Amino acid sequence: MREFLLMDGYWAYVWSSWALTLAIMVWLIMAARRHHRRALLEAAQETEAPLPARAAVKELS
Amino acid sequence: MWLWFHKLGSPPHFYRTAGRLIPWFAIPAALLLVAGTLGGLVIAPADYEQGDGFRIIYVHVPSAYLAMFGYVAMAIAAAVGLIWRMKLAFAFAAACAPVGAAFTFLCLATGSLWGKPMWGVWWDWDGRMTSMLVLLFLYLGVIALRGAFDDAAKGDRAAALLAIVGVVNIPIIKFSVDWWNTLHQPATLSKLSAPSMTMDMLGWLLVMIVGHMLFFAAVVTLRLRGEVLLRERGARWIRGVDGRA
Repeated sequence: MREFLLMDGYWAYVWSSWALTLAIMVWLIMAARRHHRRALLEAAQETEAPLPARAAVKELS
Repeated sequence: MWLWFHKLGSPPHFYRTAGRLIPWFAIPAALLLVAGTLGGLVIAPADYEQGDGFRIIYVHVPSAYLAMFGYVAMAIAAAVGLIWRMKLAFAFAAACAPVGAAFTFLCLATGSLWGKPMWGVWWDWDGRMTSMLVLLFLYLGVIALRGAFDDAAKGDRAAALLAIVGVVNIPIIKFSVDWWNTLHQPATLSKLSAPSMTMDMLGWLLVMIVGHMLFFAAVVTLRLRGEVLLRERGARWIRGVDGRA
């Protein structure tokens, strides 16, 4: 096990490469989910917003 | 076929289809990445020259492929958007840019981490590394340019132009190791008939590449759903959208 972790003495380079890859992949998933959630929220708010004044004038006439 | 293609161009239909596609990309991606990690770190034999240090290849090469593949996909989508004025094509290009930029950064960082123990330097201004850095700047430029306009349609068009012009960098990256004397090794995988690696090393690399590709597809599809929503703000069909991501 110790031998595996030491990676022929390259442990610092090998493990940091893999850790960085994992971190960026996790970040990409979280960022994509956040992006989608925010877009959904913005789109829904705009859809449910009251109609602009022009439409109100139409209703009166 | 044409009816299917035409239907796919409709944002509500596309949004629903993309939502159904994500698990089909994500689950095989997760399985392949776990298998590739096990294979690359444990099962594949150590390199006779680089020892276990060569195992960085299993994360470095897939990110390099995705960096270039993502850019070409983004540029094709940008061209389709400009020529046929397809909103979905611009949305696809917008979804590709940050994911491609992240993989380009990853390629540069893991390359640097590999370069230090093998070449003795973190960085060298040689053809491959410099053109890869230019690719990162192109991605960042496309993202910044799109965000620089108040009018999203103008931003899409400007970013599309930059993306198309930047494609010239892709063959430079690919052939830089043949055109110039560089520290970077020549292509390992381009010659599948006689690859520079044995199959017990190469097999796991292919598993990792396919896993990364599917991961890229899953993340871009998820971002693309968000882009579609942002571009369709105010549309009635959004009222019926299920919030699951």
